Amino acid sequence: MNISQLTFGSRIQVLQSNRAAGSGGLDSGGLLHNGSSVLLRFRHNTATVTALNCHSANDLSDLSSLYMYSDFLFFPSLNPLFLAFPWFGMDIGGTLVKLVYFEPKDITAEEEQEEVENLKSIRKYLTSNTAYGKTGIRDVHLELKNLTMCGRKGNLHFIRFPTCAMHRFIQMGSEKNFSSLHTTLCATGGGAYKFEEDFRTMADLQLYKLDELDCLIQGLLYVDSVGFNGQPECYYFENPTDPEQCQKKPYCLDNPYPMLLVNIGSGVSILAVYSKDNYKRVTGSSLGGGTFLGLCCLLTGCETFEEALEMAAKGDSTNVDKLVKDIYGGDYERFGLQGSAVASSFGHMMSKEKRDSISKEDLARATLVTITNNIGSIARMCALNENIDKVVFVGNFLRINMISMKVLAYAMDYWSKGQLKALFLEHEGYFGAVGALLEMLKMTDDQ
Amino acid sequence: IRPGGRERVAFKMAERGGRGSGHGSLDKSITLPPDEIFRNLENAKRFAIDIGGSLTKLAYYSTVQHKVARVRSFDHSGKDIDNEPLYEISVQEEITARLHFIKFENTYIETCLDFIKDHLVNTETKVIKATGGGAYKFKDLIEKKLGLKVDKEDVMTCLIKGCNFVLRNIPHEVFAYQKDSDTEFRFQTNHPNIFPYLLVNIGSGVSIVKVETEDKFEWIGGSSIGGGTFWGLGALLTKTKKFDELLQLASKGQHTNVDMLVKDVYGGACQTLGLSGNLIASSFGKSTTADKEFSKEDMAKSLLHMISNDIGQLACLYAKLHNLDKIYFGGFFIRGHPVTMRTITYSINFFSKGEVQALFLRHEGYLGAIGAFLKGAEQDNPNQYSWGENYAGSSGLMSTSPDVYPMQRTRSGTFDMLEMDRLERPLVNLPLLKDPSTYIPDTVDLTDDAMARKYWLTCFEEALDGVAKRAAASQPDSVDAQERAEKFRQKYWNKLQTLRQQPFAYGTLTVRSLLDTREHCLNEFNFPDPYSKVKQKENGIALKCFQSVIESLDSLGWEERQFALVKGLLAGNVFDWGAKAVSDVLESEPQFGFEEAKSKLQERPWLEDSYSQWLERLKEGPPHKCALIFADNSGIDIILGVFPFVRELLSRGTEVILACNSGPALNDVTYSESLIVTERIAAMDPVIHSALRDEKLLLVQTGSSSPCLDLSRLDQGLAVLVRERQTDLVVIEGMGRAIHTNYYAVLRCESLKLAVIKNSWLADRLGGKIFSVIFKYEVPCK
Repeated sequence: MNISQLTFGSRIQVLQSNRAAGSGGLDSGGLLHNGSSVLLRFRHNTATVTALNCHSANDLSDLSSLYMYSDFLFFPSLNPLFLAFPWFGMDIGGTLVKLVYFEPKDITAEEEQEEVENLKSIRKYLTSNTAYGKTGIRDVHLELKNLTMCGRKGNLHFIRFPTCAMHRFIQMGSEKNFSSLHTTLCATGGGAYKFEEDFRTMADLQLYKLDELDCLIQGLLYVDSVGFNGQPECYYFENPTDPEQCQKKPYCLDNPYPMLLVNIGSGVSILAVYSKDNYKRVTGSSLGGGTFLGLCCLLTGCETFEEALEMAAKGDSTNVDKLVKDIYGGDYERFGLQGSAVASSFGHMMSKEKRDSISKEDLARATLVTITNNIGSIARMCALNENIDKVVFVGNFLRINMISMKVLAYAMDYWSKGQLKALFLEHEGYFGAVGALLEMLKMTDDQ
Repeated sequence: IRPGGRERVAFKMAERGGRGSGHGSLDKSITLPPDEIFRNLENAKRFAIDIGGSLTKLAYYSTVQHKVARVRSFDHSGKDIDNEPLYEISVQEEITARLHFIKFENTYIETCLDFIKDHLVNTETKVIKATGGGAYKFKDLIEKKLGLKVDKEDVMTCLIKGCNFVLRNIPHEVFAYQKDSDTEFRFQTNHPNIFPYLLVNIGSGVSIVKVETEDKFEWIGGSSIGGGTFWGLGALLTKTKKFDELLQLASKGQHTNVDMLVKDVYGGACQTLGLSGNLIASSFGKSTTADKEFSKEDMAKSLLHMISNDIGQLACLYAKLHNLDKIYFGGFFIRGHPVTMRTITYSINFFSKGEVQALFLRHEGYLGAIGAFLKGAEQDNPNQYSWGENYAGSSGLMSTSPDVYPMQRTRSGTFDMLEMDRLERPLVNLPLLKDPSTYIPDTVDLTDDAMARKYWLTCFEEALDGVAKRAAASQPDSVDAQERAEKFRQKYWNKLQTLRQQPFAYGTLTVRSLLDTREHCLNEFNFPDPYSKVKQKENGIALKCFQSVIESLDSLGWEERQFALVKGLLAGNVFDWGAKAVSDVLESEPQFGFEEAKSKLQERPWLEDSYSQWLERLKEGPPHKCALIFADNSGIDIILGVFPFVRELLSRGTEVILACNSGPALNDVTYSESLIVTERIAAMDPVIHSALRDEKLLLVQTGSSSPCLDLSRLDQGLAVLVRERQTDLVVIEGMGRAIHTNYYAVLRCESLKLAVIKNSWLADRLGGKIFSVIFKYEVPCK
C-alpha cells in the first residue's frame, strides 16, 4: 500500500508490537514534517486513520515514511489534533437528503485567522441563509443551540434538500473547492453508496459511509439526551381517541428500552431496540412517505409534500373510503367493529359516479389516512410480536404532519386498548444525519 | 351439432345495461341448456344465495333420481341351475341427495331468478338463506321474483362454515400456487385435522379470521387495504373501470418504472451489501416527479404489488402472533386470478422467510353460498354425512393462463358449477394407516409427470369407444341406450380434453381421478353398471370351477399350496376388464381360462418379489389375528383367486374381513355381489360355511365406487370392524388398488400388495414386461 493512498478510514497494520498506544486503543496523532497531520486510532495491531490533513496526497510518499514519523505516534501529547472543520453529518435517503452542520461558536481569534477562506464562506453561507438554491431548506426551528461536541461549543443546524438535487449539491461542492478543506464527509443512507462515486469523481471528495440504522439510533439517543434547547425532545398525545381532548405532551425517554423504532421515510423500517447497541430490524414496508406523495402527485397533480399535506388537511377521507357502516349499515357487531372504521380504503372509488364527483382534497386525505393507518397496523403487530409497548415514530413523513401523528397515536391506543404508546420526536427526520456526525466525532472522542 | 344431441329447451338471457356493459367480448345474450345449468330444479329445496360484488352464487339441495343396478339371488330350489344365471340383475331407481352450486355474473340475476321460478316445483320451500354484500341490495328482487322470504346470514359465519365443509369433504381442495413451475398448482392432501387455520378474506377490505373449531372462530384483525383499494385506486389512476381489466393491465406492466427500488436508493452497491436491489423500497416512490408520465400498465402493476405485499405482510404478522402455519386466502381479489395468487404467494414467502405457505382453495368462490346453505339445512345435519365432488357435474378449476385460453376464462365467468353427492355412509381413515396426514393414495401425480399424463389420457381416449359400446350393450332393452352412451362418450371425451389443457381442473390428476370421472360420467347418463352382465356370467362360470380348484389345492403339500394360492390370486387378477390389453383378449377369446391366465404370468423372480419373506412368515410366525382383504374383480378373481386364499387363512385360525366396493366400478366385485357369491361358496364349502356362521369371515363394504382405493376415505363400519378385530394383515389386490394407488402406502401392520401389470407402458416404466408380477410383502418397522 502506498501511503499516498492513505485516506480517512484506511487501516494500517502496525508491525511493532511494543507501542504503548497500540495496546490501549488510544488515539495518536502526529504532525508530519511537511505540515501534514495524521490521526490514528489503535486497536490491537491495527491503526485506523481517523483524520488526515495533508495538503496533497504526495505529501506522504510511501508507507515507510509513516514509519519514519512513527516516533510521533508514541507521543500523543506533542500535538493533539482536532478534527478539521467543517463538521457535517449527512443522511442521503431515497427522497430527501438530510444534512446537519455544526457551527463552532468558540472560534478563537487565532483560529479565525487561520481559517481558510473556503471554510469561512461555507460557514457564513449556511448560517446566514435559511434556503439554499431552489429546494434546500434550513429548519431553523430545529436548531440546537450551545451544544458541546467533541470539546467544541456551537450550534447544530438542520438542513434538507431533495435527493434529486444531489448532483447540483455535489457540483456546488466542486465549485467551492470543498476538497481543499481536507475534511471527510460522513454519510449514511442508501445515497451514501449511490453517490459515493459521483462525490469522488465530480468533487474529489471521499465519503465515509456509515450504517444507516446505527446512525439512526445513535442520533436519536443523542438528540434526546441533549434535549431541545431546554425543552424535551420526545412527546406523545394525551387522550388520543378523543379529538377534542387530544393534546401533545412531553415524554421522558430516559428509559427508552425496549422500544420499537418506526422510521417512516420514502419507505418504512421497523427496528426493535433493546439497548444502545443491541437492536434488530424487524421488518419494513414499501408503503411509506414516498407512496403517499407518489400517489398524491398522480391523483391530484400536486408537486410537493407540503402541497399534498395542505390538500389533505382540507379533505374528507370518508368520501373516498368505504366504512364499515357503508357495508353493514352500522357497527359489525359479530366482530366488534365500529361503523366508523374504514372497511376498504378507496372502496367508494369502485363506483364511477363517486369517482366523478370526488375532490382532490378528499383524495389527498384518503391517501394520507390509508398510508398512515397501514403503518400503524404493521407497527402494532410488530410491537405485539416483539412484546414491546413503546412505539417511537420518526422520519420525515411526520414533518408538519399532525394528521398522521394523531392517526398513529389513535391507532396505537385504540387497537391495543391502551396498551401501546405512540411516541414522537421533534427532530423526526434528522437522526440519521446526526448519527453520521456523531460517528465521525466519536473517532476523536478518546482524546 | 353433436351426434345424438337433442334439441334443447333454450332460454335467453338478455344482458341488462349498467354492470353488463363491461363484458366486452361476451355476446349480448346467451343461450343456456337447462339440463346443464340449474339441474334438478324440480326436486330442489333449501335455497341459499350469496351475492357478491360481481358474482352471484346460488346453492340448493336436490334429490336426484338415478338408476342403480341391484342383484338379487334367485330361488334355485328345484331348478336346473346349470342353465340359469347365478342371480338376477335389476335396474332400479334410487334417490340420492345432491348439492348444487352455481356461480354466475350478477348481471344475470334477474333472468336466473325468473328461470328458477318457472322450474321450481317444490312448494315446501318458504325461505332462502342469503349472504354477501349484495344480499341487501337484491333482497326485494329475490322476494318478489321467487316469493321466498329472504333470511340473511352473517357473511363471515357463512364463509367459515363453507370453508370447513370443503376442507373436510373435497379431496385436493387446497393448493399452493407455483409461479414458474410446469404445474401451477400444488394440491395438498387433506389433513385429518383441519384446525386451526387462518382465513384471510380479501374482499373490498381484508378480514383475518382465526378458525379453531367448527363453531369457534375469531376475527383477529384486518386491513382496509384490499381488493376495493386495488379496484378503486386503480380505477382512479388508470381510468379503467373493471377489476378484471385492471388485473390484465397489471399483468402487462413494469412496476419498476413507478416503484422506488432498493437499487434506486443504493445505486449499484446493493449486491456488495447483500441487499436485493430489486426489493421495493417505496411503492409509487418514483411517481413523485410531476413532470413524468406513467403508463396505466405500470401503475396497475405497482398497485398490485403494493397491495399484495401489504396483505401478505400483515397475514404473516398475524400468523406469527397466533402461532399458525396454515393460511388460506380467499375473496374476490384472489378468486382464480393467477396474478394475485402469484403476488400473494411471493409476499408470504418473502415475509415468512418460507416458513408459511400461502394456500388457496379450488372452490373458494362458493364458500359463502355453501355456508349459507348449511345454515339453512342444519336440520338435515349435512355435516354428519360425507360428501363427494361429482366430477361429471362440476366445472373444475379454469386455466390460470388468461393469454392462452381467454375464451375459456370468459365463459367460466358466466356459469360455473359444483355438484356434491351425499355419500350413503360417512367415510373415515383406515385406522391402520401409519400417518394419515401424509398418506397420499395415488402413486403417480399426472399433473407433475407430463409423460405419464400424455400416456394415460391417450389410453383413456382410446378405450372410450369400447366403454361407450359396452355401456350401450349393457342395456339392450333400453330404447335410448345408444343415445345416452353417445352423450356419455361426448361428455367424458370433453372432460379428457379439458384435462389435457388443465390437468389441475379437479385437483391432482391421477389414474384414479380419470377412472372416477369416467364412473361419474357413466352414472350421469344412467349407466350405473355396464359390466353387470359380464360379471354375472363370469361369476357363474367361476363358481362352477370352485370345487375342482379347491380339490387340486388340497392335494398339494403345504409349501406347494401356499405358492399355488398366491399364483391363483395373481392369475385371477388377470381377468380385468379395466385394463385395455386384457379387455381386448377377453373380448376376442371369451373362453380364455384360469389356467391360461396362470401361464401368462411372469416366472419368479417377479418384478417385485418378497414371496420368500411371506412364506417364511407363514411358516415361522403365529397365525394372523385378522386379515383385511380388499377384493378386486368379479368372477375368477374373487372366486378362484381370493376365496381359496381366504379359506387357507381361515384354516390357519385367521379371521377375515373381505371388503368390496359399495357401488359398481368396471368389473370390480360389489358388496352385494360378494354376498351372493359367498353364500353360494358357503353352500359348497364347509370351511367358508362355518366361518360365515361363526362370524370369522365378515363381508363389508368399502364405501367407495372407484376402481382404485383411497384408504383415507373408507366406510366407517369397516374402520370399526378393523379396530374391533385387531386386524394385523392387510391384503390389497389389483392394479387399481395396489399399483395406481397405495403402492407406497405405509401401514402400521403387515401388508401384502399384489397385482399383475396388465399395461405394457406401466410395466415398462416399472422396468418389467406386460404380465409382470408385483408381490410386495411389507412388515412395519419396529
